[in-house]
Amino acid sequence: MSRTIVIGVGNRLRGDDGAGVAVAERLSERTSPDVEVVACSEEPSRLMDAWEGAESVVLVDTVSSGAPPGTIHRFDAGAEAVPARTFRSSTHAIGIAETIELARALGRLPHRVRVYGVEAGGFTTGADLTPAVEAAVTSLVEAVLQDLEEERCTSVR
Amino acid sequence: MAKRTIVTDYLARVEGEGAMTVQLDGDRVEHVELRIFEPPRFFEAFLRGRSFREAPDITARICGICPVAYQTSAVNAIESLCGVEIPEPIRLLRRLLYCGEWIESHALHVYMLHAPDFLGYQSAIELARDAPEAVERGLALKRTGNDVMSLVGGREIHPINVRVGGFYRVPTRRELHALVEPLERARAAAIETVQWTAGFDFPERVVDCELVALSDPGEYAIERGRIHSSRGLDLAPSEYDEHFEELHVERSNALQSQLRGGGTYLCGPLARYSLGFERLSPLARDAATQAGLGAECRDPFRSIVVRSVELVYACDESLRLIEEYEEPDRPSEPVEPVAGTGYGVSEAPRGLLYHRYRLDADGTILDAKIVPPTSQNQLAIEDDLRDVVARNTRLDDDALRGLCEQTIRNYDPCISCATHFLDLQVNRK
Repeated sequence: MSRTIVIGVGNRLRGDDGAGVAVAERLSERTSPDVEVVACSEEPSRLMDAWEGAESVVLVDTVSSGAPPGTIHRFDAGAEAVPARTFRSSTHAIGIAETIELARALGRLPHRVRVYGVEAGGFTTGADLTPAVEAAVTSLVEAVLQDLEEERCTSVR
Repeated sequence: MAKRTIVTDYLARVEGEGAMTVQLDGDRVEHVELRIFEPPRFFEAFLRGRSFREAPDITARICGICPVAYQTSAVNAIESLCGVEIPEPIRLLRRLLYCGEWIESHALHVYMLHAPDFLGYQSAIELARDAPEAVERGLALKRTGNDVMSLVGGREIHPINVRVGGFYRVPTRRELHALVEPLERARAAAIETVQWTAGFDFPERVVDCELVALSDPGEYAIERGRIHSSRGLDLAPSEYDEHFEELHVERSNALQSQLRGGGTYLCGPLARYSLGFERLSPLARDAATQAGLGAECRDPFRSIVVRSVELVYACDESLRLIEEYEEPDRPSEPVEPVAGTGYGVSEAPRGLLYHRYRLDADGTILDAKIVPPTSQNQLAIEDDLRDVVARNTRLDDDALRGLCEQTIRNYDPCISCATHFLDLQVNRK
């Protein structure tokens, strides 16, 4: 059976940086049991371990690219490189864009990789999601559910 | 011959934001500078007015790679001021946590940041396409370091379990035992790392500046020690300021350290190794000897081999610490504040990390001083760059730029850690 995993990346304690984790939390209540939903740090080998053996992975992270807050960016990383600039998290860490390319080079990237980036509005310590990002999270949950549903139909056929 | 300027506007594969400029007039090196433009971070100012108990958690935030170094130097400074004796099991547990940080940080630098220079790749991603088994080995090593930090420190980045006086919670022997198998694999991978890096091509380089590192009679100094140097310094942490000073230069948002009265010095793996070779474990010494290293190494390009030897040591030492671990009677010692000034040092992966705190009687921090290794190494890096350029003026601009960047990466600079000066100048017209 093909395995699908949804991975939320981010920090719930830093305002909109928690968007990826918020999506994962809300999805975990609504996905079918064969879909695994986790929150994960972006430590590269942890991400690679999380999607090890999966046929399909959906990654959700916060981005800061200059677009209006709440903008949802979507990338098909199975087919093309994810722009490192959009997902650049820190000069201290290997971000998810680099991890995806590293995994691709190592032959450890699942067949299907969809990456969603939610444009952040603020990173205030202890704050809730900003309204624009809250709305984006709500619609992203539906979008991912629809993705998963389409995938299921495709694989049944 | 024509004048030329070699510039790297944005240094890749270093932590933080920096740039480099080299000006040449024919074969003469006119000017060399490492510019650090990562914004100043004001951590020393954040600490003022906060409780002494908050110092380890606040300073951990200075670095996502070496938070344990900040936590350790902070608790060392405060505990020494407050006259607290840390029981041996707690000290050894801190040493284990610190070994985890060395493993994680060194594996990251050796494999992801530095090795591509020696093998002709622009990035670890390119390296991974041609040598996946090497990159997998590096990732597994780093992961093991992260696992040690998670288990002992509560989480892998900015651990939350360190407190003034000890830990909030200490692991059981059984919990620690889960790390034995991964650490044994990591130790074997570290030995392979030494063999792998020893096979790289090295330009012959020797730096003759003073080497400064912590020293401890019984152990390869990591989480404590006296400040030693290759020219005979032997100082308590409280004597640091009498012998070293920090200067502000306009091009850099990091203060530059020097020996008082002038003089470049170097801290980090080369200094630790050269001053502490005899105290490495037999396994780490053997790995070094087989890699062709002597008891001293002053070649910055071979720092990658020395870091790999330290990886062997950190894995070996972690296994020893787990084997000998005794659960402390209680996770922390009570600490009551004392008015005065406390001094703390430890060996961050990149070298000596000095902290100084002045407390009032209720434990409020009145002022703090933090000197990270990259600040201390800035002058040595610039001296080394000047010399490397002078010896390689025949190279074309691209080749020379590449060699200069490699020279900087030899020091594994953590630019984010180093940017902390308080003297912010604003010019308006």
